[in-house]
Amino acid sequence: MSDVATSGLDDAPVSDSDSAERIFRLDETSAVLRLSEAEAAALAGNSEDPPSGDSADQRMILNMGPSHPSTHGVLRLILEMEGETVLRSKPVIGYLHTGMEKTAEDLTYLQGPTNVTRMDYAAPLFSELAFSMAVEQLLGIEVPPRATWIRMLMCELNRAASHLLFQATNGMDLGAVSMMIYGWREREEVLRFFEKVTGLRMNHNYIRPGGVAADLPDGWQKDIHRLLELIPPRLDEYDKLLTGQPIFRKRLQGVGVLTPAEALALSTTGPILRSTGYAWDLRRDQPYLAYDQVEFDVIVGTHGDAFDRYAIRLNEIRESLRIVEQIVDLMPDGDYRTQDKKVTPPPRARINESMEALIHHFKIFTEGFHVPEGETYAAVESPRGELGCYMVSDGGPKPYRMHIRGPSFVNLQTLPHLMEGGLIADGVAVVSSVDPIMGEVDR
Amino acid sequence: MSVLDTAVLAIDPLLSGDLDLGIVGIVALKVVVAFVILLVSVMLMIWFERKLVADMHNRIGPSVAGPFGVLQTLADGIKLFFKEDLIPDRSDRVVFKLAPYLSLIPAFLVFAIVPIGGDFSSGDGTVTWFGERTYLQVADPPVGVLFFLALSSIAVYGVMLAGWSSGSKYPLIGSVRASAQMISYEAALGLAIATVFLTSGSLSTHDIVASQVEGNWNVFATGVVPFLVFVLAGTAELNRPPFDLVEAEQELVGGFHTEYSSIRFALFFLAEFMNVITMSAIAVTLFLGGPDGPILVERVAWVWPTLWFSLKVLAFLFTFVWLRATLPRIRYDQLMDLGWKVLIPLALGWFLLLATLNVGRDRGWSPLVVVFASVAVLWAGAAMLGGAVRKARAERLALEFESDEVLDAGDGA
Repeated sequence: MSDVATSGLDDAPVSDSDSAERIFRLDETSAVLRLSEAEAAALAGNSEDPPSGDSADQRMILNMGPSHPSTHGVLRLILEMEGETVLRSKPVIGYLHTGMEKTAEDLTYLQGPTNVTRMDYAAPLFSELAFSMAVEQLLGIEVPPRATWIRMLMCELNRAASHLLFQATNGMDLGAVSMMIYGWREREEVLRFFEKVTGLRMNHNYIRPGGVAADLPDGWQKDIHRLLELIPPRLDEYDKLLTGQPIFRKRLQGVGVLTPAEALALSTTGPILRSTGYAWDLRRDQPYLAYDQVEFDVIVGTHGDAFDRYAIRLNEIRESLRIVEQIVDLMPDGDYRTQDKKVTPPPRARINESMEALIHHFKIFTEGFHVPEGETYAAVESPRGELGCYMVSDGGPKPYRMHIRGPSFVNLQTLPHLMEGGLIADGVAVVSSVDPIMGEVDR
Repeated sequence: MSVLDTAVLAIDPLLSGDLDLGIVGIVALKVVVAFVILLVSVMLMIWFERKLVADMHNRIGPSVAGPFGVLQTLADGIKLFFKEDLIPDRSDRVVFKLAPYLSLIPAFLVFAIVPIGGDFSSGDGTVTWFGERTYLQVADPPVGVLFFLALSSIAVYGVMLAGWSSGSKYPLIGSVRASAQMISYEAALGLAIATVFLTSGSLSTHDIVASQVEGNWNVFATGVVPFLVFVLAGTAELNRPPFDLVEAEQELVGGFHTEYSSIRFALFFLAEFMNVITMSAIAVTLFLGGPDGPILVERVAWVWPTLWFSLKVLAFLFTFVWLRATLPRIRYDQLMDLGWKVLIPLALGWFLLLATLNVGRDRGWSPLVVVFASVAVLWAGAAMLGGAVRKARAERLALEFESDEVLDAGDGA
């Protein structure tokens, strides 16, 4: 596998164990710049130093971000550079930290999705799904089939929207500004459908413990068919605009190469792991929802470079649409949320005639429903990789502890290794191809 | 009039006789007209670019100020003029203030040597104003095209000093990129222009245009390749996409003008778009026959050359915008590779080929033999160059592997 992954360096004498070791070296040769905040500030201010013959003196510390056009929000990179070459780097995070995991301990299980949906704001439904699945595991309730299929439909559309956003930002980071607008245009079509279903374009709070917030609106099949007819030809246009473009290929191929061993050592998941040729997709390998009943391919790359990550995401949009097409035909009838009266509030009409219903309604929305004591972990395949929710309940109406395993956060630690030895322009391409969402990194 | 004056201001029939107030007036009028035309066309060009690129992006673009947003540039200019002018603490204040003018003034001056009209096919390219015959260009120095190259070299200083004097890191990287890029591509640009000298036999822009009458354009006479090299190198020289590394916003925030604000930024902006227009005008003059074109309605004969010239320039401007909307940005090392390993050898080889053909024609050698021998020599040269490039790359890779192996061994120990 390694000789495939290190293509371009065909006879590179790097075995898997060596490449994993390279990740963990700690000395001067490490890709990670180990520099305290104070040291970085002192070095960054020191631009007046006269250059001398010693190569160490010709190095420059460059602060990229947290406010920079291509650091995807508020990521900050401290780069040690020699000319345009990036020698070592250190991603600095925390600029978007709002304590969401701590906030979760003060919100009831029903309010929880409102909170987690703001983490990965490009793919909000996946955080909601992971949270809801964890709560449902603790409650030990079954979700009605229609709710499961609605969740799958919405998540696959969200995956497409998220990857479309990646196409947009990736194009922009490489200077193809038209691509940015085109990617947004198509994403907007998907978001329009979301607005119709959930009432919001982003941060939907749609998937909740026990099911989904509302049934699909009448005529949803027509909207889906419209999307299915609209988006695939546009994807072919992207292929024409970018995939075969010589400048585009030269900018991405062989840039930010990761071997499967390195990818595993850094616990990457999602398109970054798959780009190395390691086929790992939770939808197939640990099926949740009803993914074992639909047909789809897991897209893998061979070289582990930025171009593979681009191509994987582009083709995953096609796969997602393929799943959506099957869901439209297979969508069962029935309830869109569980009929467990302790979890689901009673319908409005029942409150007028039943005292019991009124009390349930009041209790669910003030105190919240109680969840049995225990701990659990639920993971879903988000567009960025394994998105997990670890939850501990002490039997009360609020989580004792809630932790999200954000794939963006874990994937971010590949940055120094991918950027090592490249130019600044490669660094931008690498950050773009890792596609971190800072809301999910900082939580 | 002294000999020196004639040499500098050249052979415009207007200046061949004695100077009087009327002639000075006409020259002053030409200067003012050229200045105004350039400024107005820059304003329209910025609007045109924004509107066209918006169309290609599926956007609306400027639409509020004036009909179709055509006054947007004016509004932006007024806004920038009243913005606070910041000069960074770490900057070299004098150079920081000087740099925008080093960019702007050459951009203005280049336009002086461009003939924007005049009937070259049936006349000698002159027009009659107030009873005086004159060229439709501000000046026609005998060193015309060299003047253009000299000014575009000075413009490099504007960009370089702006980045260096800002006392900031992103502008510094931008200016280092700029000086390397613009100097490298100037070589290719110069070599492409040299082929025009060979076919037209003059440096004066007026004479170059006069030698291309009736469709006998240099683009064909020099065999298309120098034209393509010129357009590519010109795009790089202008820092237009896909060669806009100097101000690559995704990498360097704003590049060399990151620290500039207010009217100083506006001057860079103006210079950039002015350069786009003058570069297009120069390309049209050198390769596409300048104002050459059929005169369709005899009654307004003087309109047609200027119209053809404007249309040709517009075609170039459209192409520049089109490139911007379509292509991703090239990487720094790839840019240098393209300049030094492809464009310069290609332009040089083509120049030698044309020179050989010219000599062969003068001496009466068999053209077939000349072409065959030249192509063989060029092929051999290309093979040697390619071999050298491949060898260098192999050695560099070998060196990288060696250091990697040492590094791995060190880790294992």
